[in-house]
Amino acid sequence: MSRQANRGTESKKMSSELFTLTYGALVTQLCKDYENDEDVNKQLDKMGYNIGVRLIEDFLARSNVGRCHDFRETADVIAKVAFKMYLGITPSITNWSPAGDEFSLILENNPLVDFVELPDNHSSLIYSNLLCGVLRGALEMVQMAVEAKFVQDTLKGDGVTEIRMRFIRRIEDNLPAGEE
Amino acid sequence: MEMLEDPETGKKQREGRRYLSRAANIDKAGPPPNLPGSGACHESPEKEGGASPKHQWKREWAGSRLGIGGGACPAGPMRTLGAERLLGTGGRRMADVVLFEFLHTEMVAELWAQDPDPGPGGQKVSLSVLEGMGFRVGQALGERLPRETLAFREELDVLKFLCKDVWAAVFQKQMDSLRTNHQGTYVLQDNSFPLLIRMASGLQYLEEAPKFLAFTCGLLRGTLSTLGIKSLVTASVAALPACKFQVVIQRS
Repeated sequence: MSRQANRGTESKKMSSELFTLTYGALVTQLCKDYENDEDVNKQLDKMGYNIGVRLIEDFLARSNVGRCHDFRETADVIAKVAFKMYLGITPSITNWSPAGDEFSLILENNPLVDFVELPDNHSSLIYSNLLCGVLRGALEMVQMAVEAKFVQDTLKGDGVTEIRMRFIRRIEDNLPAGEE
Repeated sequence: MEMLEDPETGKKQREGRRYLSRAANIDKAGPPPNLPGSGACHESPEKEGGASPKHQWKREWAGSRLGIGGGACPAGPMRTLGAERLLGTGGRRMADVVLFEFLHTEMVAELWAQDPDPGPGGQKVSLSVLEGMGFRVGQALGERLPRETLAFREELDVLKFLCKDVWAAVFQKQMDSLRTNHQGTYVLQDNSFPLLIRMASGLQYLEEAPKFLAFTCGLLRGTLSTLGIKSLVTASVAALPACKFQVVIQRS
């Protein structure tokens, strides 16, 4: 069996329940390990980042999307291709800023929070913060520095879950020192 | 692959027992058991039968390559559910398996990095944390099983269910073989364990392999627990990506 686990464009699917349950166990463990919610949020973001920088390679290998020419295309690809491929949902894209550098992803259903309730003493926990890290890490690998953050969360009583994406700048390739 | 008939005539201990007890509340789970000192990890060569006296080791299962729920199913009371019915996945949202794999890898990295004590004591703590997380998930998975799966006639059927339906639902493949000494010890073998495949093949990273098995050991233990069976699950790797999970039933 090849070590590369080449699957071509075919993807294996499983019920998202296992991912959801595992994620829940992870957040629970982090809450035990770290004293306050802020640290847990940071840790989730960092772990998400590490996942994102690897996930993008998997995504590019399997999705056959070409280079995005602007942030609008990027938004479309994220919502209609990436989320669909990995989580089986298609968030909608709304609230574009006039400059075209910010938009919102609206998730009617967030698979990560199935069966989850936030206890009262964790009101500042951003439960799904892993997602923000994933988005940030993945986009950084395609030369985009972005900020992703939750502005609405069904876990906190909002009607939908909303992630606000903001384009910061293009990341230029850094040449190694000594090369021009 | 040939299927061996299960010639069980009388399982004195388990006759007529029904595995209906469920963990009602995940938080009631006890602490994970201490993993044995040797860890039963990356031992090579692995001794079949371990510490048990010389009993006949019976090969109860040779995994079917014909697909989930199809093909070689032994004659007997086992129900073939198919992975689609496990977890009620029919019509539910599907996720890509890489997500779980990446999340698992990141969890291992995270929980390992946290431990300030790099010695053997520290290692065991991290392994048991991962095992404990797997246990919670296994319990939760077990609770989502359809009702009729809970009426297993024999302990062996439960293990076959793990090898076939649970493994297929979680890893999209069946376990490759199941052996038992009929004294409460089972060895489940997976020749290409999905969480090890990306790492290496052969002896490279043998030292790292136990970290990537701890969660799954807990998962098995947790699912068994929901099905009413108390067990101790350890894993060993002789050469990646093949590994063996040893399930020892704890009789109270």
